[in-house]
Amino acid sequence: MTDTAIEAAGLGKRFGRGKWALRGCTFRLPTGRVCAVVGPNGAGKSTALTLAAGLLAPTEGRITVLGTDPASARPRVGHVAQGKPLYPRLTVAETLRVGADLNPGTWDAATAERVVAAGGLDPEARVRSLSGGQRTRVALALALGKRPELLLLDEPMADLDPLARRELMGTLMAQAAQYGTTIVMSSHVVAELEDSCDHLLLVGGGRVRLAGEIDDLLAAHTRVTAPADDADLLSSHTVVDSRATGRQLTALIRPTGPLPDTWRASAPSLEELVLGHLRNPEAPVPTPAAETGKAPA
Amino acid sequence: MIEYRIDRHSGVATYVQLVQQTKQALRLGLLRPGDKLPAAREVVEATAINPNTVLKAYRELEREGLVEARRGMGTFVRRSLGAAPADDSPLRAELDGWAARAHAAGLERDDVAALFTAVLDKHFQGDPS
Repeated sequence: MTDTAIEAAGLGKRFGRGKWALRGCTFRLPTGRVCAVVGPNGAGKSTALTLAAGLLAPTEGRITVLGTDPASARPRVGHVAQGKPLYPRLTVAETLRVGADLNPGTWDAATAERVVAAGGLDPEARVRSLSGGQRTRVALALALGKRPELLLLDEPMADLDPLARRELMGTLMAQAAQYGTTIVMSSHVVAELEDSCDHLLLVGGGRVRLAGEIDDLLAAHTRVTAPADDADLLSSHTVVDSRATGRQLTALIRPTGPLPDTWRASAPSLEELVLGHLRNPEAPVPTPAAETGKAPA
Repeated sequence: MIEYRIDRHSGVATYVQLVQQTKQALRLGLLRPGDKLPAAREVVEATAINPNTVLKAYRELEREGLVEARRGMGTFVRRSLGAAPADDSPLRAELDGWAARAHAAGLERDDVAALFTAVLDKHFQGDPS
């Protein structure tokens, strides 16, 4: 057993001679975490997940999954790709039977059937007749039925209505609570993941912009409102994002010392943290030393 | 059994909401010593929040001596909180009558709340809320 679900060092992927989809990515995700992979469209989220799933080989650097290489880890990993690939001509029931056949000894038929039944899907319906959201449900049922140690989900909630979203997120969280499953899920909607995730991997422009425990990241940052004259004082802290409006300036900073009494300080939300870093690609990335080797919360 | 409700826009940290709702249930006698708190799995399945958030809330309640975790069994209430009378108490009946009179007198909900808070502040000055 290893306490590291995914570890990447200098990871990079380039398609053909084109531009780098991902480059210089170094991060560590401990097991038992629910990790949000967040970033704008085209940031490299899907590439990162596909590399972890072992379906792409890195162009440079290295990635280990559950203590081994991604291909060897595959039997212990559940992966739902963005396109939710399934066999369109199979029925729902046949699809689950394939899942059982491909995962002898580990297949959790009860969970897979419960996920499908909760959506009111007819087991005899063919996959090609299903809506996008219904296909997502079948794909998640397959991934959960595998009872994996690591679940990689690319935009799992995108096609789902609010009710199904809530219910399936609850199912995922229950899986994490019961079996200690590590879950990695991507989205470009931060608010959607805020309550469910405890770890963040923020990707922008093919690079890791921020990685770590969400509580630690939030605690390290402060949102301040200060008089515009104090711009010099502000620069003694690490400034992620700042904007001046009239006589005031508001900023997202990592304080390097006590703040003046005249400043108003408050804790940022996850969304403010993410947007602040995405708006400023040159903002310094916090050193990961603080969060590596830490005991699970 | 207590059922938690998460308000995403309250600005109160999710684990704090769980702690507060548990304490509220203890005050109202909805949870009593010996009662079992819902398992983390049940809470996260119903609310879709992160399992570690529930564990953090339960640890906080344990630190305050209100609950105890029994290995492999779950988390149980150790002691109740305050002495807020249950539904059928005389104090509640008086408050109920008072609220009905306020309503009949044409007061709006906010007026009643302001009045109640003012009286509360007068009698419980300095007490922690």
